[in-house]
Amino acid sequence: MTTTTTGEATAQRRRPRLRLGALGPLLALLLLMILGASLNGNFLTIANMANIVARASFIGIIAIGATFVITSGGIDLSVGSLAAFTAGMIIIIINSLVGPLGPGWSSVGIGILAGLAIGLVGGGANGALVTIGRIEPFIVTLGTLGIFRALITFLANGGTLNLNFQASDTYSPLYSGNVLGIPLPIVIFAVVAIIAELALRRTTFGRHIAAIGSNEQVARYSAIKVDRVRLMTYVLQGLLVGVAAALYVPKFGSANSSTAVLWELQAIAAVIIGGTTLRGGFGRIWGTVVGVIILELIGNILNLQNLISPYLNQAFQGAIIIVAVLLQRSRKTTN
Amino acid sequence: MSGPDGTAVPPILAANRISKSFGEIPVLFSIDFDVRPGEVHAIIGENGAGKSTLMKILSGFEQPTSGTITYDGRAVTLPPNGEAEALGIVLIHQELNLAEHLRVVDSIFLGRELKRFGLLDGRQMRDKARELLETLHVGIDPNARIDSLTVADRQMVEIAKAISRDARVLIMDEPTAVLSLAETETLFEQIKRLTARGVAIIFISHKLDEVMRISDRVTVLRDGQLIATVDARALTPDSAAQMMVGRELHNLYPPKHEPDVDAPAVLSVGHLSARGVDDVSFELRKGEILGFAGLVGSGRTAVAEAVVGLTHRSGGEIKVNGRAVHFANVAQSLAAGIAYMTKDRKGKGLLVNMGLRPNLTLLTLQRHLRGPFLDTASEARALERATRRFDIRARDASVRVGQLSGGNQQKLMLGKTMESEPDIIIMDEPTRGIDVGTKQQIYHIIAALAAEGKSIIVISSELQEVIGLSHRVMVMRFGRIVGELVGDQITEEQIVRHQMGIEGKAA
Repeated sequence: MTTTTTGEATAQRRRPRLRLGALGPLLALLLLMILGASLNGNFLTIANMANIVARASFIGIIAIGATFVITSGGIDLSVGSLAAFTAGMIIIIINSLVGPLGPGWSSVGIGILAGLAIGLVGGGANGALVTIGRIEPFIVTLGTLGIFRALITFLANGGTLNLNFQASDTYSPLYSGNVLGIPLPIVIFAVVAIIAELALRRTTFGRHIAAIGSNEQVARYSAIKVDRVRLMTYVLQGLLVGVAAALYVPKFGSANSSTAVLWELQAIAAVIIGGTTLRGGFGRIWGTVVGVIILELIGNILNLQNLISPYLNQAFQGAIIIVAVLLQRSRKTTN
Repeated sequence: MSGPDGTAVPPILAANRISKSFGEIPVLFSIDFDVRPGEVHAIIGENGAGKSTLMKILSGFEQPTSGTITYDGRAVTLPPNGEAEALGIVLIHQELNLAEHLRVVDSIFLGRELKRFGLLDGRQMRDKARELLETLHVGIDPNARIDSLTVADRQMVEIAKAISRDARVLIMDEPTAVLSLAETETLFEQIKRLTARGVAIIFISHKLDEVMRISDRVTVLRDGQLIATVDARALTPDSAAQMMVGRELHNLYPPKHEPDVDAPAVLSVGHLSARGVDDVSFELRKGEILGFAGLVGSGRTAVAEAVVGLTHRSGGEIKVNGRAVHFANVAQSLAAGIAYMTKDRKGKGLLVNMGLRPNLTLLTLQRHLRGPFLDTASEARALERATRRFDIRARDASVRVGQLSGGNQQKLMLGKTMESEPDIIIMDEPTRGIDVGTKQQIYHIIAALAAEGKSIIVISSELQEVIGLSHRVMVMRFGRIVGELVGDQITEEQIVRHQMGIEGKAA
């Protein structure tokens, strides 16, 4: 958060308390790291850390899109289904291109671009129904959640879509490769996060999103094209779902009806843990990134120890969400 | 102190040496205050004087830092969150607290629903509600939904609710701020009925004439201090204003500098029709302050919103500097140099959860770009300029706008509007609910803008304001313009006659 510096003593005095609330997610992350390190010596290794962030990157990229939607006062429940549908379409398109174009990058590249386009159109459909159709985003995306999920089940004919074996060899470095020793998914996640942080905090688009989420009427009276901005948040969310799906396919090489199930809730949870207000008006990308990593860490720590059953993973995640919101609220009342 | 009629009725509710601090900031200093059964006791003071805090303490919403509350002769600690209603102390908030989706009857009995065999007794509640509304002489349908009622009617529902709770002390925070003259009259009749039944009323208002008319005693607060409690009959507007401000108020309204007779028309509206607007035509000349008078709901805001493209216009034409325009949204009207400043500060004007800086620049973010990114330093400079120009006072730059006083919010909204450097400014109730000192500042700013060659439309329900500011006045009634007043015709009586339909074109 950028704080305006004022010379006044009152501002100085107020700062520490504000900071504590603002840095809550980072503190939680730190505590989990200390806990993990004390439970298992292998926890703090670079390999384990890289593994955690790479695994978090799918939901992380989607959650970054969700941060825009939620900050504007909307919600998108369809992201998991759309991710599965998009992954399925990427596989189908690449497989059908292997014949005419071969299993090289031309087929895979077209598949990836098509995936991004499908995500974008899917998000655009949500956005259009919300803005032009004037339907509550919860209802719109609850509907499309079912539609996209049914489409992937239908495309896979109830089974699993598998990526062509040779094309998979071409495609898999996109997940397993690295740049200067940093795994590619982490690089892509980081690039998306940095661009998104700048877009939300430092552009008119980001300011307009927060204004709409804070009070739509004020935004309208302030010459903001509310519908257009709203639509753009869903389009952006769809595009990022496409990115996540394009990263998902090389890792697993397949898609079926249980792909990306409940990702929407994971993404929303990460956004909330990160300090974005569910009602809209305030959002922060870095918080969402920390939130996603926290969720991933819990699972990792549970797997690295043998005191508590890893089956309790979701219980811990749930508890953290509730605590995060409680902390948010106490911050609000102390102000 | 003895009562207005000389008898010493014991007070029903009294504050004894009440002090209150929020954190380290003291807002009330050792206040003594009491109200007797059947009495109207008004509290006046500038914004930030501590009126609202005192009322919240008297109704239990805030606890005093020191001092005691006496109710019915006994020292009490009032329960929080409106639970004092059960004791007979009811606060009617400035922003009415009614759930918009409920019906009138549900609202009246909210939290105290009448039941029969464990189920809601709809018929009994409806009958009782109807009875209540009838004793108030208001024709409100108990089955109507709250969001279908006018603000005045909603207030009547609040009053009915208070009566149904056997209120012994009724505290009203600026009840007339959003009411027209006629509605205010109805409210005052209700207040008289209630006092006749022995209800004690604490009344906050910025309108001195009302205060002097309706109250028995008046307490003046300034900067959290009790300045005086006086008999209302002993009060004059001058003495009251002087006590509130602590200085003499010369020249509430600046001198009028009428535009030249041949000043060009910058805005011409011809036969405009829209929702709530019926065949409205007028011209605004360069450097002119054009007043729009009329009752609440007479279509003044609807005209403004249709002009700037907030609502759809179904007919007529609008010309800016002689060129026909058709704005589809506010962005287009701003680009043409017309800005509209809403009367609904918190609902439509400002983001109350955000700081001053993003609010000030929200209309004009394009001016603060460096490459693709917002230049917060440039925004901060804009805030500094506006803070100086419009005398916006905030504890520090990090406070949320919702924590500012109404006057400072209004000045910030004015600053925000002026950031777009409009040539034509439509100001809707520019001084609603703000103190007299800030009003004076805003009047002088408006006059200065007109002197610079800006053209201004002032929509106001305060006749004094319309009269004091405007070079020319349009009076609206039922969506039409029923009269145009110039020069000596601009009097309270003329405006009232027109807006009541006694004079002027039939509407």
